[in-house]
Amino acid sequence: MTSSPSIDADCAPTEQALIASILAGKRENFHHLIRPYERQIYRTAFALVKNEAEAEDVVQDAVLKAYRKLASFRGDSKFSTWLIAITLNEARGRLRKQGRAMLDSLDAQQAESGDYTPAALTDWREVPLAALEQQEIRALIQQAIAELPDTYREIITLRDVEEMSVNDTATLLGISVSLVKVRLHRARMMLQRRLVPHLRLVTKASPKWRGIGRLPWL
Amino acid sequence: MALSCRHVWEHISEYIDNTLDPQVRAEVEQHLAHCEICSAVLDSTRNIIILMADDRVFELPLDFSKRLHARLDEFLKQEGPEPLEIGPQWPG
Repeated sequence: MTSSPSIDADCAPTEQALIASILAGKRENFHHLIRPYERQIYRTAFALVKNEAEAEDVVQDAVLKAYRKLASFRGDSKFSTWLIAITLNEARGRLRKQGRAMLDSLDAQQAESGDYTPAALTDWREVPLAALEQQEIRALIQQAIAELPDTYREIITLRDVEEMSVNDTATLLGISVSLVKVRLHRARMMLQRRLVPHLRLVTKASPKWRGIGRLPWL
Repeated sequence: MALSCRHVWEHISEYIDNTLDPQVRAEVEQHLAHCEICSAVLDSTRNIIILMADDRVFELPLDFSKRLHARLDEFLKQEGPEPLEIGPQWPG
């Protein structure tokens, strides 16, 4: 599994020092400050606007806004969380202007109240990470996420794509931790039901993938 | 009390995130130990979570970073960060 570079607690002083230097006049350091998070904020933007070119515009606007507002970043949240919050706001603003406002859709309400039966297949145990080399498989996963109701898509993106904590996700979305957990569960189950039959076919069709990427706890 | 499959499914997400109450977790584990179906649901859900976190799923557009930093560069030449104002600190 690959993951986005992120600056953890050990590196925090460096990040703080970078921010201080930018505010003190070394503007060009802002390039270094945002570089580790480019991918993360792009994925956040893309998950909301569902379009590459638009997501890129959202990221550029969000980054410029973060630069202008840098003095207001106090360091009581992680810089990455602050940057993602700005990106979320930019993306939502753009959707509002286009009349594509994020609402709790009927789909989401139904999903929260409805019973759920997962796709139960007993012969898909391995993680087909090698399958991600195929554009078709990447598109399948993207499509399944894109088809989620808006509120679920946000949560899945922050929690499972960006791998943010449940607490950070709740803070960013302005909802309770327990609501994050409920929606996250529903969203994961929807994806499970939608994706498992397809991904299982992929792993079955190509015996060379069987066993590849199998993780120690499975 | 033994859990039914349906009850176990309700706990899958929290089981994966390791946020279940220890007693519920023990009950879920007890069920998983003998239920092939629920084990498969757990494994496949966990697999999907692993796949979603992979950077290859959402690749950056070609030259995305180049364009971002070029635009940023232009902007940095013109403006510095705004001075701190009294007011809400969270981005609006």
